[in-house]
Amino acid sequence: MAGNVLMPDASPIRRMFGRARGRSLATQEAIAGYLFVLPWLAGLLIFIVGPIIASLVLSFTHWDIVNPPEWAGLYNYERIFTKDQDFIQAIKVTFTYAALTIPLGLAAGLGLSLLLNQKLRGMNFYRTLFYLPSILPAVAVTLLWVWMFNSDFGIINWVLSLFGLEGPHWFQSPRWVLPGLTIMSLWGVGGGAVIYLAGLQNINPQLYEAAEIDGASPWARFWRITLPLLSPTIFFQLVMSLIGTLQSFVTTFVAFGGLATPGGPMRSALFYMLYLYVKSFREFRMGYGSALAWILAVMILVLTLIVFGTSKRWVFYEAQK
Amino acid sequence: MEATNVAAHAPSAQPDTEISQPSLLARQSVRRLLSGSAVYVILTVLGIVCLIPLAWMLSTSLKATGEVFIWPPKWIPDELLWNNFTRVFTTIPFARYIWNTLTIVAWSIIGNVLSCSIVAFGFARLRFPGRNFWFGVLIATLMIPGTVLTIPTFILFKELGWYDTYLPLIVPTFFGAPFFIFLMRQYMLTIPLELDDAARIDGANWWQILTQVILPLCKPPLTIIVVFTFMGSWNDLMGPLIYLSDPDKYTVAIGLAMFKSATMAARTDWPALMAGSLMSILPAMVIYYFAQKYLIGGIASVGLKG
Repeated sequence: MAGNVLMPDASPIRRMFGRARGRSLATQEAIAGYLFVLPWLAGLLIFIVGPIIASLVLSFTHWDIVNPPEWAGLYNYERIFTKDQDFIQAIKVTFTYAALTIPLGLAAGLGLSLLLNQKLRGMNFYRTLFYLPSILPAVAVTLLWVWMFNSDFGIINWVLSLFGLEGPHWFQSPRWVLPGLTIMSLWGVGGGAVIYLAGLQNINPQLYEAAEIDGASPWARFWRITLPLLSPTIFFQLVMSLIGTLQSFVTTFVAFGGLATPGGPMRSALFYMLYLYVKSFREFRMGYGSALAWILAVMILVLTLIVFGTSKRWVFYEAQK
Repeated sequence: MEATNVAAHAPSAQPDTEISQPSLLARQSVRRLLSGSAVYVILTVLGIVCLIPLAWMLSTSLKATGEVFIWPPKWIPDELLWNNFTRVFTTIPFARYIWNTLTIVAWSIIGNVLSCSIVAFGFARLRFPGRNFWFGVLIATLMIPGTVLTIPTFILFKELGWYDTYLPLIVPTFFGAPFFIFLMRQYMLTIPLELDDAARIDGANWWQILTQVILPLCKPPLTIIVVFTFMGSWNDLMGPLIYLSDPDKYTVAIGLAMFKSATMAARTDWPALMAGSLMSILPAMVIYYFAQKYLIGGIASVGLKG
């Protein structure tokens, strides 16, 4: 098994070259091309196309894995949309979190990248520093922030107390869970900033020089040059953070995934993926879980399409000009 | 570079203001200096804010268990208790977790490097009908929400009898990861095709061209694949959570997550938890230090193309 998987192409290609004198060079190359991309094509079938179809079919069944699946028709969907309070809560939590973190993350990442884009000495040091948190393991990062947000002995409320403020109960308070998680997500904003930075450095400096000579203020230069030319990068970041944020799992699992009360205080941190995980892998309701997965996937798809649809209005591609 | 451009513009634009040019430049440079120091101040403040969590992690990991529950919190413990770190190894089988994780990491790196090189070579260097179509499909798969794949993939691996083994975490890497294939293909496109032709004339087949001509030139994307695979496998929680049931097979990520819920019942053992967390982030920090040039450039290039 392992041998086959490791080098699926090596021997067939050698054999082909041995005997394929009769075929034209183009045909030989075409066959070789397909052999080279074969591992990915096979993976596409086994790990993507197959599972997508399977999960759609499963979403119309009841299945606990142990007994054979039973056809359920639209039961799962009907129940989710009409009777499932947890589903509504999960949607609320997930979308509120997305509405808080995505715009803030985009703006903060962009702002940070503008600072890092100054032609000053030592910028590499700062870039390294700000990028670091975004590559740290999510489990460790979550444990750290749960401890920092500890309302009695945590460092965050200590900092607030220095300014004479009494900190809230953060992760123990239904009202402060999501703001707390949003603050935590901002720690990783350097990951996005680095991408913006690359976009900024791709902008032709002569545009700024020309604008400066024409007397454009820094403000006007930002709105008329930087933002339009950066819009493809912003668009990319928006789509990726939309897809990623709506599927957040690790943080909520580590912080609020406890067996007794998944979802935190009054289920205020019942993220969609956490709920889906509990239904599928704790209660082993695979049909119900599949239906939940499909609903989320369709919502993500629709939102992504909406973003793509609006992109013609605000995303500026230099090549098409 | 900047100076030459200004010089090139200035005379042709407004030749009669050349006399006032020096004072204008002086005023500009003063402004630059001021805004430059403002940038440093802001960045330094933000940098300190950015480092506080890590300092707090280190500080907690060296405290006595009772010392963490003190108000106001102490930044520097009375006594530096390094044995919090050894306690992590005795309370939970942390060494075994590390070994397990490294096993998965090593196989995943082999899998991704092999499969992504091979597939990227096909997309970048060979002409075949449907190539652009399939590459479009590959890009589209980057945007498929993984949510819909989790349950059926779990069932597939369970049916294969791979539940509670590392195979579900390793085998998929041998089929190529779209993101890495994309990175690798983009890089391979920058290598002149004449190299392939020359090698062909010398009698090399495609496989030899890949392994002996192209791959030796692909160190930057290969570094990115190795590092990202390392971090992805090291950090992965969902995979081990779903597929591993025997605690002896746990990885660092799930081991730490479970360690937290285990200690939550009593008073949380924050010093040990932070010591474990600190050890779990060390590999990422070390690798990051050595590979940051490739990493930052690699991520950024994807953003630009998208």
